[in-house]
Amino acid sequence: MMEKITTLLTMIKSKDHRWNVIFTICLLPLLGLLIDIIFNNLGSNPIQALHIRLGDWSLRFLGITLAITPIQTIMHWRGMAEYRKLFGLYSFFYATLHILTYIIVDNNFMWGMIWTDILESPYIWFGVIAYIIVFLLGITTPNPIKKMLGKNWKKLHRFIYISGIAGVIHYFWQLKGNLAEPLLYTLILFFLLGFRVLVEYTRRRLSKMMIPRRFE
Amino acid sequence: MIIKTTKSIPSHEITDEKVFKERRTLIKSLLAATVVGNSHSLMAKTSPAKWETLAQSDLSSKILTPTPEQLVKDYTNYYEFSFGKEDSTKLAQPLVIDPWSIEISGEVENAGKFNLEDILSKQTLEERIYRFRCVEAWSMVVPWVGFPLVNLLNMAKPLSTANFVKFTTVEQPDVMPNLRNQSVLHWPYTEGLRIDEAVHPLTILAVGMYGDVLPKQNGAPLRLIVPWKYGFKSAKAIVKIELLKKAPLTSWNKSAPDEYGFYANVNPSIPHPRWSQNSERLLGSGFFTSRRQTELFNGYGEQVAHLYNDMDLRHFF
Repeated sequence: MMEKITTLLTMIKSKDHRWNVIFTICLLPLLGLLIDIIFNNLGSNPIQALHIRLGDWSLRFLGITLAITPIQTIMHWRGMAEYRKLFGLYSFFYATLHILTYIIVDNNFMWGMIWTDILESPYIWFGVIAYIIVFLLGITTPNPIKKMLGKNWKKLHRFIYISGIAGVIHYFWQLKGNLAEPLLYTLILFFLLGFRVLVEYTRRRLSKMMIPRRFE
Repeated sequence: MIIKTTKSIPSHEITDEKVFKERRTLIKSLLAATVVGNSHSLMAKTSPAKWETLAQSDLSSKILTPTPEQLVKDYTNYYEFSFGKEDSTKLAQPLVIDPWSIEISGEVENAGKFNLEDILSKQTLEERIYRFRCVEAWSMVVPWVGFPLVNLLNMAKPLSTANFVKFTTVEQPDVMPNLRNQSVLHWPYTEGLRIDEAVHPLTILAVGMYGDVLPKQNGAPLRLIVPWKYGFKSAKAIVKIELLKKAPLTSWNKSAPDEYGFYANVNPSIPHPRWSQNSERLLGSGFFTSRRQTELFNGYGEQVAHLYNDMDLRHFF
């Protein structure tokens, strides 16, 4: 057992396998869910439990994706961009499973019922906004598309913040009493966004000091 | 046990043997529950309580299939204990439910404290299989064991000035964590009904479910069941019933008046401000089965729609 853990750790340390290992670890929540489904371990309302857990993981991966840049800056690490991409795609992956669960497992393709549900549930609107963004970011991930979009790619991918905010509202707005967990997500999101604002603010101040105004 | 009867008692006053036995079983089971105390699993094993031969009320559905019992036991909103629907199964066990009395006061001739055993000794328990629809858009079918609320109200002889009924539920902060934290709602939990709703034959006080004594997390020893209203109206562990001239302020209504109305009748065409009420997930229905279309008054429209004839349901939601 210990040997296996040490091998795993060395694999993470060695650059060749790191990506593969992290890729596999990100699949563990899905594996856990499948085990819980097989052993009927999802409680009295298993469909809702499945649905919520997939949504949770999508939001968590979105948070991890947003955390990469601050971590990189603070720790002076480099070359984490490929992992940011990986985590972002996993957020897209779990969000897609979340939505497929809603349409297929929960509603069995009853489009009329689904339509009414979406129309009458403001909390779902925020989920839809969050998903559309994650979807667009997901499909524009491949390098050829990235090149094609040029400068617009970065602009588009800034929308990840909007997706995060919409995702947290989506979570908050469906609850009746217990707000502890969504509050935690909000707090994390607040720190991650706050960090970006701080960085941007400092950058602008520095650039103001160094670059003379040429117009006016 | 020696039961002495003489022929001088008129036959209509003699309790039917079946009914008598049912009462004994209930009292015994209530006692058993307290003796065994905290261990829920032990209680389930040792409790002899079973009302297998209970009369089915005409108001009980004969076509509905009850939700598997364990699902109903492990999916409760008992916010005094926890926000987690599965947590209360364990957390509610230290609740002290014996002895239990219900105080009836307000616009009544005969106010006072009524001992639960005394109340039950005067009631014929019956089984009512009802739909139970939560405001959170899930539902279940539960075979409750109980008696009409009106029977208890009559014991206190309501005055003609009694227009509303207020229910107050138990406060035991020692065992109820969210009472100590003052979380979410103003405790104790209170609910209310208009008098015509309260005396409606569908409105019952339940002391059991699935032919057995009510589990603590499901509202033991006595809870309200109003099947055409959202579940939060059906207050658990009731200790006080007040008959009032004016409508009482109820817990959820007070906490979020835009979201939870006083009436809270199940109505698929009036969405909650944040979510649709058009459909519901029936507990026990498997993966890939669609949700159920929610029915107006939870399917009890034939019996209760007339209570709201002249009312704008959109306003009085």
